[in-house]
Amino acid sequence: MTLQTELQNEAPSKLSVQRVTKRFRSGGRDVHALDNISLEVGEGEFVCLVGPSGCGKSTLLNIIAGLEKADEGAVLTGGEPITGPGRDRMVMFQEAALFPWLDVLDNVLFGLKLKPGLSKSERIEVAQFYLKLVGLEKFTRAYVHELSGGMKQRVALARSLAPNPRVLLMDEPFAALDALTREQFYGDLQQIWQQHRKTIVFVTHNVREAVCLGDRVVLFTPHPGRISEQFRIDLPRRRDINSIELARHAIEITAALKGRRGAMEEYAI
Amino acid sequence: MTLRRPLQILLFFVFGLAVWQALFMARIWSPVLVPSPLSVGRYLYEAAVDGTLWSAILVTMRRLMLGYLFGIALGLPIGLLIARFRFLGDTIGLLALGLQTLPSVCWVPLALLWFGQTEGAMFFVVVMGTLWSMIIATDNGVRNVPPIYARAARTMGSSGLHVWLRVMLPASLPFIVSGMKQGWAFAWRSLMAAEIYVTILSGFGLGNLLHYGRELNAMEQVIGIMLVIILIGLLADKILFSPWERFLHRRWGTVK
Repeated sequence: MTLQTELQNEAPSKLSVQRVTKRFRSGGRDVHALDNISLEVGEGEFVCLVGPSGCGKSTLLNIIAGLEKADEGAVLTGGEPITGPGRDRMVMFQEAALFPWLDVLDNVLFGLKLKPGLSKSERIEVAQFYLKLVGLEKFTRAYVHELSGGMKQRVALARSLAPNPRVLLMDEPFAALDALTREQFYGDLQQIWQQHRKTIVFVTHNVREAVCLGDRVVLFTPHPGRISEQFRIDLPRRRDINSIELARHAIEITAALKGRRGAMEEYAI
Repeated sequence: MTLRRPLQILLFFVFGLAVWQALFMARIWSPVLVPSPLSVGRYLYEAAVDGTLWSAILVTMRRLMLGYLFGIALGLPIGLLIARFRFLGDTIGLLALGLQTLPSVCWVPLALLWFGQTEGAMFFVVVMGTLWSMIIATDNGVRNVPPIYARAARTMGSSGLHVWLRVMLPASLPFIVSGMKQGWAFAWRSLMAAEIYVTILSGFGLGNLLHYGRELNAMEQVIGIMLVIILIGLLADKILFSPWERFLHRRWGTVK
């Protein structure tokens, strides 16, 4: 495999969640996290999962990642059932989960070293390519504790893009960032996604964030976790989180959420 | 400006020596009990020139390093294993926790009966001082690794032994280094106790010199050897552990 083919984007993968059910025990109670969930995500589609805590959206993400197993049902990626974690599906968590004993470049190299077929210099070139993409090419030798929260998430984004996955799974990746940093991420993530098309499943609490990023917003309701409603967002890209049109969509979706449940305070518009 | 700190340090110790000398000259206590700094210096000089000091340091350090390195090399994998397998944690982990609370000098009588007055007994005592701390610290370190590290590693294709060697082990390093420090402290103390307590004919260590100083009523020898023991402790801290702590500080951003 040459470096050029490595840096070319892998075709994004279609995801198919088929009748997935998941129960677990938490704090001595049985939690019915997911109840017979089915969801189709198209190739290169950006789907946002929105819902209150405990609605199972993160559990679904973990099952797609292969970190947890479904009790019933299956998730297919590119037609193949998922049995465990795989390089074709990379995950970005709410915490950057970078390794403090490695510097920025070595953190991005961690996953690349586990990918066969690349020489050492090619790996470094790939890592530097993605660090440049997220705007951190000047910080390759910095240590994790020296970075701000936003920079850490940028490294985490570069780290999950570097092995060239078909699917990117994002679990509230911007929830812990301040508003300004977050807004910058919305623009950058949309741009990166337009250039390097991946299938993205994005979990969030924030309706407005979901409207800004997603082609489609999927609403979840808890106890048991179910999909209640879906919204297609046809606003032109790149979207501005502060635009009035976007707010209008967000209000509509929030109203739908409110209609289902009284707990309004969970949602930031 | 930059000279101010070393000057302060120097002044502090010169002042300490002056107080010591003044107390000696005041003749409040017998010179047998409080020797002068000069006589301590003279003893150290003579012991250095005739070689007894160096050979004692060599004997002691060899005993210490052999047992210490062995204890670490054994404790680290055991610590990882008991963190990984619940059965081992419930059994060996509990045993290690118990034995760690036992002051390692308590192993000396047993070591003497098992190994006789040999280097083997010294080795055994030092290993017992190091091993349990190392096991407990490694186990603790692994248990304190944020679970998200292993999850993140797994999504990137890491599994099995790779997760342990490339994630759990380096992530536990802050705990492992403090375990190494504690193991060193325990080993050093127990070896000194053992050397004072037991004479081993294959080599006279610093503890033996201390012991003979007392037997000969040579207080300048007792105090001189004590100073050497303190100095070795300080040097060990600087040479053995400072590089690790600088590493941790640079990577983790912990306070120095």
